[in-house]
Amino acid sequence: MHYKINGKLFDAEPRPGQCLRTFVRDLGWFGVKKGCDQGDCGACTVWLDGKPVHSCLIPAFRAANREVTTIDGLCAKGHLHPIQQAFLDAQGFQCGYCTAGMIMTSASLTEEEKQDLPFRLKGNLCRCTGYRAIDDALHGRKNVEDDIAGKAHGAGIGNPFGPAIVTGKARYTMDVAVDNVFYIKVVRSPHAHARIRSIDTKAALAIPGVIKVFTWEDVPKRLFSSATHEDHLVDPDDTHVLDNVVRFAGQRVAAVVAESEAIAEAGCRAVQVDYEVLQAVFDPVAAMEPNAPILHDKGNGTNSNIYAEIHGEVGSVKEGFTAADAIHEMTYSTPRVQHVHLETHGTIAWRGEDGRIHVRTSSQAPFIVQQKLAYVFGLTAGQLHVFTERVGGGFGGKQEMVTEDLCVLAVLKIGRPVKWEFTREEQFIGATTRHQMTTHVKIGAKKDGTLTAIQVRVVSNTGGYGGHGGETLAAALGSPMSAYRCPNKKADGFAVYTNVVPGGGFRGYGASQSTYAIECAIDEMGELLGLDRFAIRRKNMIQPTDWIESVWKDPSDVGFGSYGLDQCLDYVEKTLAKGNGVAKPDGEEWAEGTGIAMAMLDCGPPTEHRSGAVMVLKPDGRYHLAVGSTEMGNGSVTSHRQIAAAILGTRASNIDIINADTDQTPYDTGTFASTGTVVAGKAVALTAEALKENILAYAARYTGIDPAAWRIEDGFVVSDTKRIALVDLHAAGIQDGHRFEAKRKAYLSPRTTAFNVQGIRLAVHRVTGEIQILHSVHAADIGKPINPVQCRGQIDGAIGMGIGWALTENMVHDAQGRVVNPSLRNYRIPAFADLPRSDVFFADTYDTLGTLGAKSQGECAINPIVPAIANAIKNATGVRFPHPPFTAARIYSQLNKGK
Amino acid sequence: MDLNTITEVVRPADAEAVKKWQSGYAWLAGGTWLFSEPQITTHTLVDIESFNWPSLVTTPEGLEIAATCKVIELNRYTPPPEWEAAGLFPKCCRAFLASFKIWNEATVGGNIVMSLPAGPMISLTAALEGVCKLWPRNGAPREVSVTDFVTGNHANVLAPGELLRLIFLPASALRKKYAFRRFTLTQLGRSEALLIGTLCPERGEFVLTVTASTLRPVQLRFENVPTAETLRSVLDQAVPFELYLDDVHGSPGHRQHLTYFFAEQIREELSA
Repeated sequence: MHYKINGKLFDAEPRPGQCLRTFVRDLGWFGVKKGCDQGDCGACTVWLDGKPVHSCLIPAFRAANREVTTIDGLCAKGHLHPIQQAFLDAQGFQCGYCTAGMIMTSASLTEEEKQDLPFRLKGNLCRCTGYRAIDDALHGRKNVEDDIAGKAHGAGIGNPFGPAIVTGKARYTMDVAVDNVFYIKVVRSPHAHARIRSIDTKAALAIPGVIKVFTWEDVPKRLFSSATHEDHLVDPDDTHVLDNVVRFAGQRVAAVVAESEAIAEAGCRAVQVDYEVLQAVFDPVAAMEPNAPILHDKGNGTNSNIYAEIHGEVGSVKEGFTAADAIHEMTYSTPRVQHVHLETHGTIAWRGEDGRIHVRTSSQAPFIVQQKLAYVFGLTAGQLHVFTERVGGGFGGKQEMVTEDLCVLAVLKIGRPVKWEFTREEQFIGATTRHQMTTHVKIGAKKDGTLTAIQVRVVSNTGGYGGHGGETLAAALGSPMSAYRCPNKKADGFAVYTNVVPGGGFRGYGASQSTYAIECAIDEMGELLGLDRFAIRRKNMIQPTDWIESVWKDPSDVGFGSYGLDQCLDYVEKTLAKGNGVAKPDGEEWAEGTGIAMAMLDCGPPTEHRSGAVMVLKPDGRYHLAVGSTEMGNGSVTSHRQIAAAILGTRASNIDIINADTDQTPYDTGTFASTGTVVAGKAVALTAEALKENILAYAARYTGIDPAAWRIEDGFVVSDTKRIALVDLHAAGIQDGHRFEAKRKAYLSPRTTAFNVQGIRLAVHRVTGEIQILHSVHAADIGKPINPVQCRGQIDGAIGMGIGWALTENMVHDAQGRVVNPSLRNYRIPAFADLPRSDVFFADTYDTLGTLGAKSQGECAINPIVPAIANAIKNATGVRFPHPPFTAARIYSQLNKGK
Repeated sequence: MDLNTITEVVRPADAEAVKKWQSGYAWLAGGTWLFSEPQITTHTLVDIESFNWPSLVTTPEGLEIAATCKVIELNRYTPPPEWEAAGLFPKCCRAFLASFKIWNEATVGGNIVMSLPAGPMISLTAALEGVCKLWPRNGAPREVSVTDFVTGNHANVLAPGELLRLIFLPASALRKKYAFRRFTLTQLGRSEALLIGTLCPERGEFVLTVTASTLRPVQLRFENVPTAETLRSVLDQAVPFELYLDDVHGSPGHRQHLTYFFAEQIREELSA
């Protein structure tokens, strides 16, 4: 067949059932991405005869004799298409994985069509940006600021990978051609709880092209946790690479390695598994009952599904409730939701000529993956090289080792390169999720609103495996309980194994779930006492001179490096009152309401976390920075260059950077819980300072002028009398045997505290239950933003994710415990049409504990979103809905009772 | 996605060339559903795009929509001015959950043959009293109304290998006034309920077509616009609770509630 792709004419024969997406990728046009492979997300958008189509749905043979244009071919003669330039100017991306499809769709639109972006962009999903920056790009708004030497700190400069992202050249995990590669596909359990009696692999192995089938009998008998933390003891070792007991429907049972994905799939279908189906339990409360089936026999005599149990009390809640004039008590819950990073999990592994195993992967924690692989397979860390190139979103989902182990197993046993890429369905049934938590809250207060007691009981459903179960539970009982000053607080928490897809790390990390419950309860208390919601919060919220304490008396390393909660509340109150001119829809059936919620978060994880950086001055006067942390759309690569540039008085573009590579960068625990800023950022700052001292010290030695007299400017060292170009200084230094390099490590302690306050005005249709968000206001106390454009983007994205969680997202399981909506058409994340444009405010604070005044920013903004929406719905309708998602189907029935 | 079980694509010149229909065959039109999920029981795709059926044929009697007519073509169709109900074409095209980009490939027939409750081409053609012309593999062509064509959620009257050739919309229906109501879980999302009412300008006949909220289309005919009470009681009879769809996009109770709410709104609008 004759093809013309990006102007190139050639003949080729696609496979009969091949789609255009894989066809063009096999030919090397890697700009075309796979987000869902089902036509829902639009990441694979290309033009067919000039018209945009989803290439995953186009039979490849149908593209013959037609003209195909991919993002790779959009630049004419090296000039960016105006839309590509617009996305750069607006920084209309974060991880950039959806960008190719977003641009191919946008570039196809006429001016008239651009007037209806909600409709035109509904087939392009972005999980990072909340679409605000994309809207900016399509309206020609420029967000990016100039990169000026000495002014890098606090400047909204562009992502250094922006040009590669908008042209499709940025290489994500799967965007490389690998010679002689084999493919992995896995057999997944249809049962939620079963013991495997036997696995017959004969029929599978008889299929030509099937190389090997691995079962539980082929894997090291080592238990580990797929969760990645510096302290491996905070997660339970309850997982085998492959096990003979399955504990959730979707758990991997056997891995087929074959010459193609098609053959591997056929091999999976041919594997015969004989299951002894066991009684399953899905409800964590039922799982705590004495007669419940036990998921993990740990051989330690305990016979319980409770993986973690945490208790604490300060003061006496009993006395607090006795002293109260009003008590509110209610059970709130939050559903199980998925991260839906647009790039699915995936790994490519091979044995190099150096004899070591190289693992190219989509991870937030390559160093911990290296350690876990070394442990599981009895290797030394030096025998493993784990790295990321560009990662297409994480949100905590990639703080997990779910693909690397089987790839390494296959390389060890077969010797050839292997590749395993998750499908979108596998993301839902075989990865991790946010822990479903049920929080019972009881609070007491005096008539004037003073809280006398706060008590919570949190039951967290950790699913079949316990990774992150204890840490998210601790987080749920931590900062959300500290946010209010109250002498009597008590918390009881249980993380419980059940036969559903496991929980994991997810933006907000447990604190989101309990913040939701507590913020609803505070509103209810305000209502009981006739107090305004701002007033009751101001009366009780933590103050900068307060001791930060939730329910434990132990000393803590959390303090106030800054405090801007008051500013945040003031801004939200003022801005909600001012309004944004968006009126509620016409009709008396529409009820309007406003709601607020606040959230407090410790900046960084409570467990150990380390990072390191190496910096050198190069002969050409530029710098090279190596830092271990991962970039997955969080913006840390941009901010790390800015931190280094600010300290060295140069432009960010003078800093070359490499990250997240166990061979090429110093150790880093991983990028989650905002550690990209608060730990890795600190390592970068320490390293840049050290290199500055190194350079100035040599300048002093070289000139004989006192080191204190020297300062560094863009490209020069300068004293009162001399000015030496760095290029010349470097040349002289090398002659003298001086080395212009520095390495520093950072450890996270003490930790500071960030705040976020959300305001929502919305309308509820009393008959249909439809909700329309009219105004979204967010105030963040995140210290001094290193890059306000990026910080704003992170907040927009977190608001969007929170709105999805509040209104539509929910993993639904059937009676057998199988996920019934494992696709983007049935698990709806917000599209462009679903999200408002938020007013965002940064409190004017400079943190004394954080790097260059900055605090956590990527994570915490999600925490007040769901309760603000819940409180607004209550305000509009007079009805409290304790269980998101607040779908119309749930809302209407409570509003139409007795009608 | 790649359909890795497919071993052959057959591109016959016409339907007659496909003599023997075998299990494992599937007709391929736009492919936008077929390629969106694994099709592990299918090994051969039989391409019907190459039949080159004319997409839209306007006659005094009505409109013939080929099964292979792309959604984009229907959306762009310019009807004779007296066909007021053709205003439903773009409305129903926009009722797809799928992007406009999918319209470039997806076909009207494909959506009907999928027979999903939320299929907006079903809503459209059922409301406009469409008749499907079916070509069995062996035997004479037959005709069946769209409302009878779809028998349940993802179920229809097609025998194995039987082909949907076209949908005929009678001019009498296209000349009607209409009212349209739709509800979605997300903005511009999948229909949880889609109701269309039509009113015959000459005879005053009122037809209400309930789709998306029910497992299959339900059509209610009234000689004149009924009273609210009559409409409710006929709905009570025609749509038992079990017929309301239960899925992740809505609950049966909500769908029933919306159906009654929209039915009354449509009744009022067409009474005016």
